[in-house]
Parts: sequence; C-alpha cells; structure tokens
Amino acid sequence: MRAFEYSSPRTTEDAIRMLSAEGAVALAGGTDLLSLMKDGAAAPSRLVNLKAIPDLTGAHETDGGLHIGATTRLGPLGEHRVIRESFPAVAQAIAGVRSRQVLSMRTVGGDLLQRPRCWYFRAGFGLVPMHDGASMAKTGDNRYHAVFGNAGDAVFVNPSSLAPPLIALGASATVLGPDGERSVAVEDLYRTPASSDESEFTLGAAEIVTAVTIPMRSSSNATYEIRNRKGFDWPLAAASVAVSDGGARVVLGHAAPTPWMSAAAAGALAGGISEASAEAAADAAVADAAALSGNGYKIQLARVAVKRAALAAM
Amino acid sequence: MAEYVWPAAGDRLHIGKHISRLDGPVKATGRAKYAYDVNRRGMLWAIMVQCPHAHARITAIDTSAAEAMDGVVRVHVIQDVGTEIQWAHDEIVAVAATSEEVARDGAAAVKIEYEVLSHFVNERAVDEAPDAQPAQAETTGDPAAAMASAPTKSSGSYHVAQIAHCSLESHGQVAEWQDEETVTLWASTQAISGVASQLGEQIGIPASNVHVETQYMGGGFGSKFSVDRWGVVCAQIARDTGRPVKLMLDRDQEVSVAGARPSTHAEVSTAADADGNVVAWDSKSWGSGGPAGANSPPLPYVFSFENQTQMHTSVPTNTGPARAWRAPRHPQACLVTMRALEDLSHAAGMDPLDFFLKNIEKTGERASTYVEELEKGAELMGWRDRWRPRGSATGTVRSGLGLALHTWGGRGHRSNCEVLAYRDGLVEARIGSQDLGTGTRTIIALVLAETFGVGLEQVKVTMGRSVLPASGASGGSTTVGGVSGATRRAALNAVDAVFERIAPRLGTEMANLELKNGQLHFKDGSTAAMPWRQAATLIGVNPVSATGANPGPGQLNDSGVGGIQMADVSVDMETGVVSINRLVAVQDCGLILDMKLAESQVYGSLIMGVTYALTEERVFDPHTGQMLNPDMEFYKLAGIEDVGEMIVHMMTGPGYDERGVIGLGEPPVIAPGAAIANAATNATGVPINEMPMTPERVLAAINGGMA
Repeated sequence: MRAFEYSSPRTTEDAIRMLSAEGAVALAGGTDLLSLMKDGAAAPSRLVNLKAIPDLTGAHETDGGLHIGATTRLGPLGEHRVIRESFPAVAQAIAGVRSRQVLSMRTVGGDLLQRPRCWYFRAGFGLVPMHDGASMAKTGDNRYHAVFGNAGDAVFVNPSSLAPPLIALGASATVLGPDGERSVAVEDLYRTPASSDESEFTLGAAEIVTAVTIPMRSSSNATYEIRNRKGFDWPLAAASVAVSDGGARVVLGHAAPTPWMSAAAAGALAGGISEASAEAAADAAVADAAALSGNGYKIQLARVAVKRAALAAM
Repeated sequence: MAEYVWPAAGDRLHIGKHISRLDGPVKATGRAKYAYDVNRRGMLWAIMVQCPHAHARITAIDTSAAEAMDGVVRVHVIQDVGTEIQWAHDEIVAVAATSEEVARDGAAAVKIEYEVLSHFVNERAVDEAPDAQPAQAETTGDPAAAMASAPTKSSGSYHVAQIAHCSLESHGQVAEWQDEETVTLWASTQAISGVASQLGEQIGIPASNVHVETQYMGGGFGSKFSVDRWGVVCAQIARDTGRPVKLMLDRDQEVSVAGARPSTHAEVSTAADADGNVVAWDSKSWGSGGPAGANSPPLPYVFSFENQTQMHTSVPTNTGPARAWRAPRHPQACLVTMRALEDLSHAAGMDPLDFFLKNIEKTGERASTYVEELEKGAELMGWRDRWRPRGSATGTVRSGLGLALHTWGGRGHRSNCEVLAYRDGLVEARIGSQDLGTGTRTIIALVLAETFGVGLEQVKVTMGRSVLPASGASGGSTTVGGVSGATRRAALNAVDAVFERIAPRLGTEMANLELKNGQLHFKDGSTAAMPWRQAATLIGVNPVSATGANPGPGQLNDSGVGGIQMADVSVDMETGVVSINRLVAVQDCGLILDMKLAESQVYGSLIMGVTYALTEERVFDPHTGQMLNPDMEFYKLAGIEDVGEMIVHMMTGPGYDERGVIGLGEPPVIAPGAAIANAATNATGVPINEMPMTPERVLAAINGGMA
C-alpha cells in the first residue's frame, strides 16, 4: 500500500484546504475507501478525515426540511424520529444495508459517493473497462450490470443505498469547495463517465458534500430491494417511490451507472397509488430497459421492485 | 485382558450425551491460536505474486526493484521463465520482508512478462472444450429397450456450478528452522503427519525432522491435505534467510487456487413401469474442476437400477485445480439423481415419498435404514399432511416440499494413541491427530474419560503435533472412527496397566479391580471403593503408559451410512428468490459418542448445503479467465438469516449403536441441495434444475427459459 498522510481537521475550511493538495481524498466512514486502498484500486497520497468536524454530523429539522450532516452514520439516522415517521423510504433503504458493522460506520455522504461494486472495476480494469476495443463488461459477465443507461461503454451500476430514496424525496445536497458553497439536487451529483479517466461524480476538485436536506413535504414513500441473500448482500434491484400532492418520483438503484429516475413510472403514479397504478408504473419503469448479454432477469426484478415499492408506499 | 468393546447403553458415563466442545471457550475468547496467529521473533512475511492470465508462458521476470526495497529480505522465484501457467492466480514469485506491508509493496514491484496463450474457462460449453475427454459408457442391462417399452418417462438436464472451499482460515503456515536439519511448521492442515513427510521429501531432510503443529484450524473441507507449493516455499525462504517466515494465502488466492469442487452437468432420461418402479436410467454428464477436468460423479446415486447406462466427459479448463470437497462427487450426483427421480415421480403421478419408498430396495443394504429415516423425516416435516402435487401452490410466494437420500462410508482411519496415567490422577491421551474444528479433541477426551470412568476435567488431550503417535489425515469422515478406536484401545490397555501396577500395592489381583464413576471398586467387596485420585497415588512417580491403535482387536467402528433430508422452501414467483422455511435431516452414523457434536456436524452441513444450493459459485471472466468473484462479496456464503429452521434427528439405539462409530463429516452435506431443488420444483411447478438457485436461474425456469 502506498504510504499516505493523514489529517483530521476540525473545520470544513481546513478540510477544503487540505483536500486541495494533489492526491488528497476525503475519508468518512471508510467502509468503501479503505477496501479500495487495500485492493490497490485507490492510492491516495493524503486522507482527510471528515468525522472530527462537528458541523458535519447529526440531523435536525430546519425551515428547509430535515438537514442531515454528511458524516451522520446510517445506523443512527435510521433511528431518527423524522426519518421513521415521515421518510420510511430512507429508513427502509438503511435497513436494507443489513450489516451492523457497516451501519455503524457508513456515513450519509460516504453512501452517496461510494464507488461502484463492478467486479471489473474492483479487479483493477477501470470503471469503464475495455477489452479489444469493446466494453469488457458488455462482452464479459454482466449479470450484475446496468439495464438502463447502458448504451455506451459504461455499464456499472450505482451502488448507493440512499440515493434512490433521497432523490425520490426531492433532497438536495450541499456542496462545499474552494469556490464556496452550492446546493444541488442529489441526482445531479452523478454522471455517466465515457471512459475510465472520468469520474462518475460531478464534484469538482476539493469539493465535498457537507449535508443533504430532505424537504418536509408530506408524501407516501417507500423503498423496496431485492437481494439474493437475506443478510448483507448488494441488491439485484432497488426502487424508491414518493408520491405527494406535488407529483410522484420513482428512482431505481443498482440499475444504471447513475441512480435512475423514471419519469414514465412517476407519471403513472401521479394520480395516486393503487394496485393498478403500481402495475402501470412498474411496466412504464422498464419500458425502455435494455438487457446486456447476461442480465435480462434484472429488468423483471426492477419492474417488481417498482411495483412493490409503490404498494409499500400506498 | 481387556475386552475391546464400547460400554453397553446402561453403562455409559459420557458417550451419547450432549457434551460441549472442550475448546469452545478458548476459541470464543480468541485465546486459541491458529496458524495465522503464530508470530515468531524476527519473523518475515511472505507474499506471493500471482499470474493474471489463465494460460500463459513466462517470458521474463525482473525482481530487481523488489530486491532493492528497504525491508525486503528475500525474493524467491517459484516458477521461472519458460514455465507454462495453466490458471490465473498461480504463484510465480514470493517476496519475504520484515512486515506484511513491505512484502506487499515488494510483490507489487516484481515485473513479470508473459506470452499470453488461449484459455478455456467456460466448462458448461462442453462442445467448445478443446480437450474434452469422454469416458466409455458404463451399462448394465438394456436401458434403451427398457426405456422404449416403459409407460412413464422423464428427462431433464441438471447443473451444479463449480464452487470453492472458501475456508474461513486460508491456507498457509509459519516455518522456523531450529538448526540446519530441523524445521517446525505451524500449518493450517488436515494432515499433520502427512505434511511432515511431504515437506521432508521436498526439501531434502528426514520426515522425522519436520515438526508440524496444528492445534486449531479454521476449516479445510478437503482442501488441506497437502503441504502445497506455498508450504515448501515458506520453508525454503526460512532456510535461506535463517529467519521464521509466515506465508498465508489472501482471500483471492484462497478461492482461486486453493480448492474447488468440480461442476457437474447432466442430461438424464429415466423410466418407470406402471407401478412406479424405476426400470431404466440413462445419463450423459460432464464437468470440470480445473486442468485435470473432473471424474464422473457416482450416477445414478444411492440407487442401482436393472437397466442403466452412464457416460461422463471430463472437461479440462484453465482454472484453479479441484481438491476434495466434503463428500467428493456426492453432492453433485445427489442433485442429478434426486432431481431426475423427483421428475420421474411427477411423471408417474406419485408423491415422491411414496415413489422413493416404492423403489427403496434398489438402494441395497441400507434400504431398511432409509425406510426408518424417511418415516421419521416425514413425521418431523409433516410431509403426509402438507405435501401437495407439483404446481398446486398459488399466489406470489409459493411453498413446496422436497426430499433426497444420501450415503457415505466413514470407516475409521489408521490411528495410534498413547495413554498415560499419572499419580495425581490426570489421564492423558497423546495422539498425532488434528482437530479441524469438528470436535476431535473433545471426542478423544470423552472416550478417555469414559474408559477410566472419570470426569472430563480429569483427562487431558495432547494432539496436533506430528511428533505424537501417528494418526491419519482428517478426510472422508474417517477421523472420529480412527481416533476413538485408537483411544479406546489405548485407554483400556492403560486401565489394565494401572491395575497391574497398583493391585500388588493394594494386596489384591488385577482382575478384582474396576474403575467406575470416579471410584476404584473391588469386585469382591473386600475393600470399600476408593476415589480414583486416591488410587492413582499408588501409580508412583513414573506414569503408566499404554498404547492402542485403529484398526485393532474388537469391532469399535464400521462403515456405511444412509441419511435422508427434507426441505420446505418458499419461492417468490416474481423475483425468483428462494427462501428456506425448514430443513429436516435424519442421519445414522452408528454409535454416537457426543450427541451435541454430532448434531452440530449436521447443522453445519445444512448451512453449507444452503450456501451451495442458493448462492455460491465461482464465476470466471471469459476475457481473462480470471475469477471475477475471488472475494466474500460476490462469492456468496449464506448468512444466518438464510438458513431457516433446522431440525436434526440422529438415529440411535438398537440397530445403530452396535455398529460402533461411523464418520459423520461428509454425509449430511450431500443432500441439502437436492432436497432444496426438489422443494423449489414442487413449489414453483417448474423444474428447478440448477445450483446455485439464484433469482436469475429460478426466474429463467419460471419464465420458461432454459433451467
């Protein structure tokens, strides 16, 4: 493992300054970053620990909604009163993590910004691995890969547990960097890279997510995940649904290189959730899905996840 | 002279009771030291550089950068330029350094160039295999004619993926030389005595100068019989550097190169007469466990039919080689046979329980055992009330029942034991066996305590070192019979030797003495019984010593068991997710020494069975031939939430006890997959013919695709 510096600033200003160095990477819970480093898939020259910054942790209600600091751990967040009462979609996604160890370490920001689990990526072939000029995953074993947004060479899936429910609930992320603070919709944190040289995130150099805010809008919301194992296991499909007076949102996880918003499915639920509209939303959600050579089953699973998330929200 | 028998049912002090394993507390508290936990003064860490290609020839090796690194003490080329490598992750170079981190950096700095050669890893595509090796068909009777005239027929193709052993403790060892001719190896091994001989031969010193020690082991399942290349390399580096060396495999190496269970694919046709008697079997199977392909599974399994033919093709692949996996070839054969027969029972319109009972005589000498076990299992599962014909279930989540039969040998291996009785009352067994975690240590202790009529606190077991009286490798369910036979005989001899020594001092004859419930009794009643510890003082300063062996006089163990398992599962018809509701295992294994350990073996087997049935498989990349899931993230082992309720019933009493001890390590791991697949078939109404039964495969079957 490459030797690295470690710093643990007490303020976000210091953190941003320390992150401005070449090769510096933010460290939150470490549940992803440390394994990447051990596998040789990441080799930062400096780790900047964000967990010692008091401002970054904890959740509280504000005028704008439920403000959740980026280093708030998933376990405690799942127990938060507002999450349990108003945002079951988030609580259910957290419950789906299954591992106590991960729940006690993984942070909200870390969950949103974890790297894909694509086995080609983890084996060192890059995020958009190529083989003889073709996408390695497309021509290889892609049983866990994307069924949406996979027209290009990037076919990994976004692994975040929290992104689907947060996007469904219309949450925004506060991003802080050398040029100051900005607020972006959570879905805008993500992009599909064209090559392994590009990032799957839209954050600029030395930018960090400091918080997410879920607007206090009354909605029927739920998350549904389908996994092979009942315990700690990555979902094969996940969907979050939120329906309010203002409209509906349907977001799929583990389905595309980014959290995948389905406007068509949302449209089917806009008039309210019923058995019929849940089925219609499920059909609509997968209408434009495209199977790779070995993952056609994921389309059905995505469909079922949308339907069951909608019914759970009803 | 002692009579070499087990005590009668009414006279047993420990045998057959629920006794917790003696090393449970030290394991639970971390005081038990495994090979990985051994740290020696001045020890080096060795890390192996692996080949990234499934088939390649080494064209250049440059170790200069690694050798120049601070802390790197030795760079050892394992396979040199010109060698043709046959599987990815094969070991090319080992780097030993003063810390694990430096060794890893050193390994990363080694530059190896390869000429990449074409590889074949997709063993399922037997038609594309460059080197498939079909064997001659083995035929009895006239299957074709029997098939043609039979009223009931069935056919199907059945698939069992290649899996790994994935022992929680990886392979490896620490080696330390005492002098130029003597080395100690703290190894994670199933065969301390065998490894000593193998290492001695390969590094050119007498086997007696190799001391192998294994006190505790984190699983082997058949993958740890050999000293292995990494054991030899570890000892060589230790000799070359004059320092102790630790070399343990990483997880990716463990699942890639340190053990695989061959796949099996089979196309089967069967036929039955109008009464449901199976009259014909025809199977064409193939499979692979790496460069050596795979031997035929025993097909048909458990049953023999009047007209049967089977033909197997071995398919060599460029993947890490196969090793014996708990009950080698049996789980695959069980899935193929029990699924095919369940399909035939469906074609015959019969409850599979009736169908299997109807044909039970075709299982041979264990037929009456199977009948008893099937009846017991049916009672525990509520089979008669709950079984419904295939496809009767409705709704999104559907449940169903399935069953399967299995068999195994399990005769005790060659084993030697020395028993010492000391004047402080302690009785010690010395035996060169290892305890894989199955409870061997506890078994030896309880046999010793039983024979001396004392409590378990009064005995000590010294084991796990190759310098002790030789005992066989722990494989094939042979250990419990071997060590219990040797210990019983040694202990009986030791009791006699104690009597011989103390009788004169007590003014009586040997034949007048007996040990029972912690007391020395005088059979003629001439003297009041005295506590064993008081009697033991008469032994004197030199302990009494006696030996015993297995095999030996008297029948203390036997071979051959039959067990049955039943599964109750639910299948989500929309997601293909299979959930285990309940597993019932009914098992015989002769005389049961420790009921708790026996039941634990079966529980562990069921969990392992759920894992290979539902989640576990080695996945290979077609491009590189590398394993894509050499980790515990996508190489999926079942968790506690996946296993469901487990009901274990051990057959005991007349008809079982008098057979003596029979091994139990393998039998109960054979049938879970087959029983679960039959239950999933019964639940869904469509044949579920592939393991692991992942959502992907189950949905394919439900949706009418190829299963």
